[in-house]
Amino acid sequence: MSVSSSDATVTQVSEILATAVPLSVDPRLRELRRVAIVPALNEEHSIECVIDELRAFDAGLDVVVIDDGSSDGTADAAAAKGAYVLRLPFNLGIGGAVQTGFKFAFEHDYDIAVRVDGDGQHDPAQLVRILAPVLRGDADIAVGSRFAAEGAAGYRSSRSRRVGIRILAAVVSRIVGQRVTDTTSGFQALNRKGIALFAHDYPHDYPEVEATVMVFRHRLRLQEVPVSMRERGGGQSSITALRSVYYMVKVLLAIFVGLSRRHVIPQEESA
Amino acid sequence: MTPLAVSIAGAVASLALVLVVLDLIRRHRLRERYALLWLATGLVLTALSVWRDGLNTIAGWLGVRSYPPAVLFAVAILFIIAVLLHYSTVISRLSDQNVLLAQKLALLEQELRVRD
Repeated sequence: MSVSSSDATVTQVSEILATAVPLSVDPRLRELRRVAIVPALNEEHSIECVIDELRAFDAGLDVVVIDDGSSDGTADAAAAKGAYVLRLPFNLGIGGAVQTGFKFAFEHDYDIAVRVDGDGQHDPAQLVRILAPVLRGDADIAVGSRFAAEGAAGYRSSRSRRVGIRILAAVVSRIVGQRVTDTTSGFQALNRKGIALFAHDYPHDYPEVEATVMVFRHRLRLQEVPVSMRERGGGQSSITALRSVYYMVKVLLAIFVGLSRRHVIPQEESA
Repeated sequence: MTPLAVSIAGAVASLALVLVVLDLIRRHRLRERYALLWLATGLVLTALSVWRDGLNTIAGWLGVRSYPPAVLFAVAILFIIAVLLHYSTVISRLSDQNVLLAQKLALLEQELRVRD
């Protein structure tokens, strides 16, 4: 998250953009107020492409970019593209940044929210598939998973990260009683119930794993949808081996302590 | 050899620390991020209290012959120093952020007033 993308992403993203086929948006989507939540940290090179691609996917989609204390022109670039921009006064970390977006979606009464990273690794064209279970009413939250497809390949990252993702997926699947393959994916679609839950309570730092467990504890329905993600453009993820271990311990602690909490089951829309 | 009473008292106190920390997390009064060091403190002290031969061995390495439980105190003090130092860095960051928030708020307020 905390890496600035290199020119490689730009070329890559614009190439894909040039070849993008106009997409037929699900007609059910048209009547709903919908917003894309895009957390970004120093992504001035990729944020414009991401916004363009979101608009290409669905022209009626509002875009809110949460600038998590970038030191480059991320916020201005996003504003120039006509996105709503929330400029955080300092870096809150991914959890705090994303939750700001959920609060925005909640307070402005959006029916549907999608979450797409600002670094261009999520291809908005695939939102069709992620949105499908939410629009059908089969899920409150749908998550794009890199590993859900049979024989999923192509996603490469550091070994420690892969191992971490696998362990977390196993633990989380066990706890929630449903197979979950990608607990760290930030490529998601949510209905009003999901927006309300996350606006009210969202974990910090490395939020998706805990959030997955939280979703089940609140009796919301989660579905995974197989997607492919693009290679991260420039640099590497800031997560090193030692940090992976730290995060693992912290996340596992959070999950297990979280299990001993009593959870309020949200009522039907009260807002 | 460590007196049995010291081992028992040490283990009870350290375990109590672990349980209190876990309960604070559960009630959202302590974040995991700030709890890890406390948990490590509690667990290490519990281990050293229960594992009496180990404490003696470590005391031997350090040349503490007369009263091995002194090592227990030394370890506890080390952990407390680590926790305090960690908190000092956290407080420094918070006060920086607080200044930033106040400045930002003042600027926003001024802007809103001008618009009215």
